[in-house]
Amino acid sequence: MLFLFLVAAVPLLFLSGCEMVVFQPQGPVARSIMELINWSLMWMLLVVVVVFGLFGYIVWKYREKPENMGYEPPEEHGSTVLEIVWTAIPILIVIALTIPTVTTLYDLENVPAGYEEKEPIVIHVTSADWKWIFSYPEEGIETINYVNIPEDTPVLFKLTSAGTMQSFWVPALGGQKYSMNKMETELYLVADNPGSYMGRNTNFNGRGYAQMEFEVLAQTDQEYDAWVKEVKETAPKLTEEKYMELLKPTHLGRLTYNNTHLAWINHADPDAELVTDPEDYRYHGYQGKIFDQEEQSSEESNQVENNEEDHGGDHSGH
Amino acid sequence: MEVTIVGIKWDEILITGDPIILGSQIAILLTSLGIIGGLTYLKKWKWLWREWITTVDHKRIGIMYIVAAVLMFFRGGMDGLMMKAQTSRPEMSLLDAQHYNEVFTAHGVIMILFMAMPFLIGLMNVVIPLQIGARDVAFPQLNALSFWLFFSGAMLFNIAFVVGGAPDAGWTSYFPLAGKEYSPGIGNNYYAISLQIAGLGTLMTGINFIVTILKMRTKGMTLMRMPMFTWTTLIMSVIIVAAFPIFTVALALMTFDRLYGTHFFTVAAGGSDMLWANLFWLWGHPEVYIVVLPAFGMFSEIFSTFSRKQLYGYKSMVVSIVAIAVLSMVVWVHHFYTMGSGALVNSFFSITTMMIAVPTGVKMFNWLFTMRKGRIKMTTAMLWSLAFVPNFVIGGVTGVMLAMGAADYQYHNTLFLVAHFHYVLIPGVVFAVFAGLYYWWPKMFGFMLNEKLGKWHFWLFVIGFNVTFMPMFFLGLNGAVRRAYTFSAESGFAPLFLLSAIGSVILAAGFAVFCYNIYWSIRYADRNISSDPWDARTLEWATASPVQHYNFAKLPEVKSLDAFWYMKKNNEGLALKDEEIEEIHMPSNSGLPFLMCVAFGIVGFFLIFEWHLLAAISAVLIIAGLIYRSFDYNDGYHIHKDEIKKTEGAWRKMEGKVNNHVS
Repeated sequence: MLFLFLVAAVPLLFLSGCEMVVFQPQGPVARSIMELINWSLMWMLLVVVVVFGLFGYIVWKYREKPENMGYEPPEEHGSTVLEIVWTAIPILIVIALTIPTVTTLYDLENVPAGYEEKEPIVIHVTSADWKWIFSYPEEGIETINYVNIPEDTPVLFKLTSAGTMQSFWVPALGGQKYSMNKMETELYLVADNPGSYMGRNTNFNGRGYAQMEFEVLAQTDQEYDAWVKEVKETAPKLTEEKYMELLKPTHLGRLTYNNTHLAWINHADPDAELVTDPEDYRYHGYQGKIFDQEEQSSEESNQVENNEEDHGGDHSGH
Repeated sequence: MEVTIVGIKWDEILITGDPIILGSQIAILLTSLGIIGGLTYLKKWKWLWREWITTVDHKRIGIMYIVAAVLMFFRGGMDGLMMKAQTSRPEMSLLDAQHYNEVFTAHGVIMILFMAMPFLIGLMNVVIPLQIGARDVAFPQLNALSFWLFFSGAMLFNIAFVVGGAPDAGWTSYFPLAGKEYSPGIGNNYYAISLQIAGLGTLMTGINFIVTILKMRTKGMTLMRMPMFTWTTLIMSVIIVAAFPIFTVALALMTFDRLYGTHFFTVAAGGSDMLWANLFWLWGHPEVYIVVLPAFGMFSEIFSTFSRKQLYGYKSMVVSIVAIAVLSMVVWVHHFYTMGSGALVNSFFSITTMMIAVPTGVKMFNWLFTMRKGRIKMTTAMLWSLAFVPNFVIGGVTGVMLAMGAADYQYHNTLFLVAHFHYVLIPGVVFAVFAGLYYWWPKMFGFMLNEKLGKWHFWLFVIGFNVTFMPMFFLGLNGAVRRAYTFSAESGFAPLFLLSAIGSVILAAGFAVFCYNIYWSIRYADRNISSDPWDARTLEWATASPVQHYNFAKLPEVKSLDAFWYMKKNNEGLALKDEEIEEIHMPSNSGLPFLMCVAFGIVGFFLIFEWHLLAAISAVLIIAGLIYRSFDYNDGYHIHKDEIKKTEGAWRKMEGKVNNHVS
């Protein structure tokens, strides 16, 4: 019964699987990962076929039947030859999987092959609760919850976070990487063709996590240049005060500015100030004590702590 | 409105405003009243205290572990069902985001630490001393303390969602989210404190079983004659002792961060959030093998018994579990390849992780060849073991796929990962504890679980499991992420999410049949059965069912692997002559472990609410308990010969006239 079900269900799921985003890469990075996945799938399918086959054969052949009740199984301890065989074959499979894994791991650290001569566009990504902030330092543009990139051009995303840890993932274009406060991680992506691709956070970071998505819009060079020009002409300026407001734990729609927050803070800098406030994260339940965030001179820090204790009781319930 | 007396905000203690939580609060209150009323009405308080709460008998402690684990299975399962209901359709509003976060956190913690662990430890407690021909574990009272500390931690964790607020940062509780900077409520204090208390109990269990297995084996049982379940338990205990202290330290640092404002894992003031991730998985990955190795041992026993054949490749099985244990300590980074630690680091951990497939593959083939040329009897216990093979292979091959660092960049944190670890943990652990429970139930209670209901339980559960988790592989490859409380209709995820939700209902139906089976069997099952109903091979079947509290009147002598099988075959060492009976020295019951459970619970509760003065005062209770124990000179009692003669006579005389269930 179980097998009938599996036999019926798996091909059905595979058929729908042809449409799955990981198997429809839209750029060289995602394509190289898909090739690795397909290579591993082939070997794994082989393992599944062999073990399921052996399992089905043995269980069927040696099952207890009314006519073999008198059969007393032989005593056997094992077989050195067989045990060497089924140790060696998995080792060979692991080697077959290791080589492309390691080469792909190294390749993914660099500009994708074939795009080395093109100067990559650098985009700083700052993840915050619960939005994505994209800064184009050269163009002097900042966008929130969407990012426009030119097609066929390597893009170097420099990832950091304003607070909690996130993971930056555009499955159609490539694999993911964490964004962490006071750290910077790098990710190269290239889009083959113009198109709109879903990007999202995969690392759980609280109540707004499920909706923490963004759009990657790959455009032709002309469209991209026109968009940059339009932003420079029409978008408002972002002020520091407004920026701090944006960082509060909220959901935002799309926003566009014609300057970047990198002018006053880069959260990847190890000495950058932590600008999130625990008070903004109060929710339901019994509330605990909050401590001062940065180590200051002892006198100053005592004072801050006292202040916080004073208003710590104002927050109750929802 | 604010009600503050002696620094306690009384009006905030109980969680209010959610109908589901209100319902649970009422249910908890009614159940508690029902239990208290029932015990009082039936005048069972004294019995409960004398026979169970103060017991140091490994079999009873094991049964208490199992009862607690089944209850926790129910709780964790309800959490799982709520998650499945919430994601059954796009934009469902059964649970809000916060509630969903609390539910999946509870589901993870409870299923791993308060269901899988105690279920396995419970079966180990019942079986291991019997399998090695011992009368109890090495430190019986410590064993009771282990159980009661686990119980204390589990109960603390379980009240979180109605009192004070539940942890909501996932079972991995990653910083900085889990720190005070982003979770200022006390919910995550529950995580730090209750897991610490339960973890102490687990560490003691590990030490206890290492000493028990190394020092208390009966005459003739060399290491290479130990049953496979004993071997896996030994190695599991070694991993516990190696890995749990890491978790203890990590939780202590977390407690300092959250309660006293240190900066180990914070983003501010030079803390490192990834340090938590490293410490957590340094414990967390071995933890996977802590739960899966004893399960492998149980399957080994069951395959061997119901194929009527010795375990194939015993030596290579032992080598494999040792290899798995060693490798389990050097793979933790594969949980965060995406951290950006570079190609070299990721390559190293990709290779070590994939290497685990090698010893696991050896075990798989040895199990298959144990059955080859056997006579495979399809009992419920055997069905669970058989189903383990193909389902675990799916978990295993997807594990190898995840192990490949570069490919993991596309799987990480998606439902593909979630499907994978459920395909490892459910066949690897849940199937095993069900198999073990059906198999050893007659040894524990003297009657069997109903086989027909058992098969309903089996088929519903296994089919439901596959329908629930198979779609998740495909959802994950299509970009669906874990821990998201909802998804949009445009995503196209809806059909597979619905299929998965339907599967979870079938799964739950299987569990319901299991509960009904326990009820049915307690009421109606045949009590007149053999002490060896499966025609088994190891020493636990050489004594009465249920086992008399001293286990063996005369400790058996072992001459080979599968000792009991050959004792039966050669008809030696089974009979008991009157002159062989001697007085047996047994440990006395003690109420101290239970009182320590209460003390730890009180101190833990105060710490969770950050009422430091109250915590400090009540910590005196723990210290008093330690001092009391240090001056406890009770060194047990002796069972009189006449009593042993009577007990042994009773079950041995019966053996000829019982209903054998397996020929």
